[in-house]
Amino acid sequence: MTAVLPQQRTLTYAEAVREALAQAMEADERVFLLGEDIGTYGGAFGVTGDLVHRFGERRVRDTPISELGIVGAAVGAALAGMRPVVEIQFSDFTAQAMDQIVNQAAKIHFMLGGAASVPMVLRAPGGSGTGAAAQHSQSLEAWFAHVPGLKVVMPSTAADAKGLLLAAIDDPNPVIVLEHKLLYKQSGPVPEEATRVRLGETAVRRSGGDVTIVATGVMVSRALEAAGQLAAEGIEASVLDPRTLRPLDAAPIVDSVTATGRALLVQEAPQTGGFMAEVAAAIVESSAFGHLRAPVARLCGLDVPIPYAPQLERAAVPQTGDIVRRARELVTTW
Amino acid sequence: MFDPYVADIDAEALRGLYRDMVLVRRGDRESNAMQRQGQLGIWVPLLGQEAAQIGSGRALRPQDMAFPSYREHGVAYTRGVDFRELLGIFRCTDHSGWDFKAHGFHPYTIVIGNQVLNATGYAMGQKFEGKVGDDDGEATIVYFGDGATSQGDVHEGFVWAAVYDAPVVFFCQNNQWAISEPTERQSRLPLYQRARGYGFPGIRVDGNDVLACLAVTRWALDECRHGNGPVLIEAFTYRMDAHTTTDDPTRYRLSDELEVWKHKDPIERVRAHLARTGGADTAFFEAVQAEADSFAAELRDFCFNMPDPPPERVFANVYAEPSPQLDAQREEYLAYLSGFAEAGEH
Repeated sequence: MTAVLPQQRTLTYAEAVREALAQAMEADERVFLLGEDIGTYGGAFGVTGDLVHRFGERRVRDTPISELGIVGAAVGAALAGMRPVVEIQFSDFTAQAMDQIVNQAAKIHFMLGGAASVPMVLRAPGGSGTGAAAQHSQSLEAWFAHVPGLKVVMPSTAADAKGLLLAAIDDPNPVIVLEHKLLYKQSGPVPEEATRVRLGETAVRRSGGDVTIVATGVMVSRALEAAGQLAAEGIEASVLDPRTLRPLDAAPIVDSVTATGRALLVQEAPQTGGFMAEVAAAIVESSAFGHLRAPVARLCGLDVPIPYAPQLERAAVPQTGDIVRRARELVTTW
Repeated sequence: MFDPYVADIDAEALRGLYRDMVLVRRGDRESNAMQRQGQLGIWVPLLGQEAAQIGSGRALRPQDMAFPSYREHGVAYTRGVDFRELLGIFRCTDHSGWDFKAHGFHPYTIVIGNQVLNATGYAMGQKFEGKVGDDDGEATIVYFGDGATSQGDVHEGFVWAAVYDAPVVFFCQNNQWAISEPTERQSRLPLYQRARGYGFPGIRVDGNDVLACLAVTRWALDECRHGNGPVLIEAFTYRMDAHTTTDDPTRYRLSDELEVWKHKDPIERVRAHLARTGGADTAFFEAVQAEADSFAAELRDFCFNMPDPPPERVFANVYAEPSPQLDAQREEYLAYLSGFAEAGEH
């Protein structure tokens, strides 16, 4: 190999997010952060860390405990030409800010006939697995993906956490970046450069001919783990990670299902009205329909609020073993 | 003005308030320790806020309703909620464990500020049902912190309570810190002064003085009972421990500050007063200490023996009535689990 590979080293997902924020702030004076406990405290999950010491309190702003105010102010700042990056401490708290996200940020460009845009990024950690109970553990991506005017990304690796965030900050539209609490401490190779990962590109994480597993967020690593176990049984799975939910890059999914004839769609969020229903529709509305050898299958969170008890919390969302069993069933039954 | 509201507090009653504060502090410290030992998932310390909670809680009458946030273990105690019943929330077995109607104590609210609107609505209901207007009237009290005062919920609650004359006491425990953010990040004005803009009285009370808290809250509740609500109370106090056991306050505040507040310790103040005035003797203090020790031991014993919830409970109470879809998911899930047992995978 003579190609020059970009410099990479291992960072945690949280460090990768921090590096993206730092590089974006270094490159562009307009980029600034606002959120609760993101300054001296360094963020509830330690993501912003020492950024306040590097960039000062003017650009790393601890705000009042007021999510609606945070997003409303960010929308205003974006309209004034700034590039605000909001941290909402838990994605569940976006419920407090939904009016500004849905009725202002997502609509302004359209309703002003393109006269203004809202280049705002909203980062928020979602997902269960930390014992944080029903109001601090939700996976709310479908809420945002349903709103025209918003873009929605769900990074599943450290490299994507950095690359997608940088692309989101560049983007002239409001972008919702749903990080995952369980991923913050996971490590992976991350380019040193401020390398963008383009929004709207599905990643093929693994290729196999028997079944296509589509997964988002923390389910991607579980799907890859499951694929490894399935391979030991002679079942080869492809694992695809949409990364961007809106706009969804469906073509690689359609291609993969066309080849395998089987689709297992895995999400942490409750099944009903979930994003994987959209992926299922994209498959059956496409030319892949004629290649299906099995009904499209979903493996989702139970239709219940995330329970508090650890054993019930685990039971409420797909685990690696569940993915193995469901994929095996698909391949051996059909 | 407020003296008449504690005229009935003789030495015996003051010893009772002292005992209340010692017991809830002991329960708090024991629970904090149990979290450190892995027996609780999280704990939310009330250390330093005993006077604000016991004083205001003891001002309530049985017909009143209290809406807590998540730190009001002392208020829970005054409402007859067994401290042990709080532990399920922190051992991750239950979201709430008491009969809130019987106790007049709403389940803990975790989301910052939400309960202020709920309490306002409840108080409006009390008024609409004609339960306000004389000495036997009902009132509502709602607890929140300095951080919550920046939430829209709190402002909208103030507006609604004002225009509907709702019998609600807004009891803000200003413990100086919203996790890492000082009260200066929430307000330029002392918080109690905000009430003026909404058109109802606001008052700041020394939140580390149990008698002052009792007097002012009794007054405020009386105002509400008689139809003169709402009232905002800012209990000026200090969170002597962390926000929760997931927090480390040394990252953002100086230990000097804590040392200053230690001199205003709400329990030591009453103890000194009782000792100096002859309101209590050594035997009393020793008896309370012994009671606190056995209280803590019972708490530990109860906590260690709490049963884990069964897997099918994940489907319980999602809706008020049975749900065919969830019934089907439950059957499927239990069959799935029994498959593991048969395969010997569990």
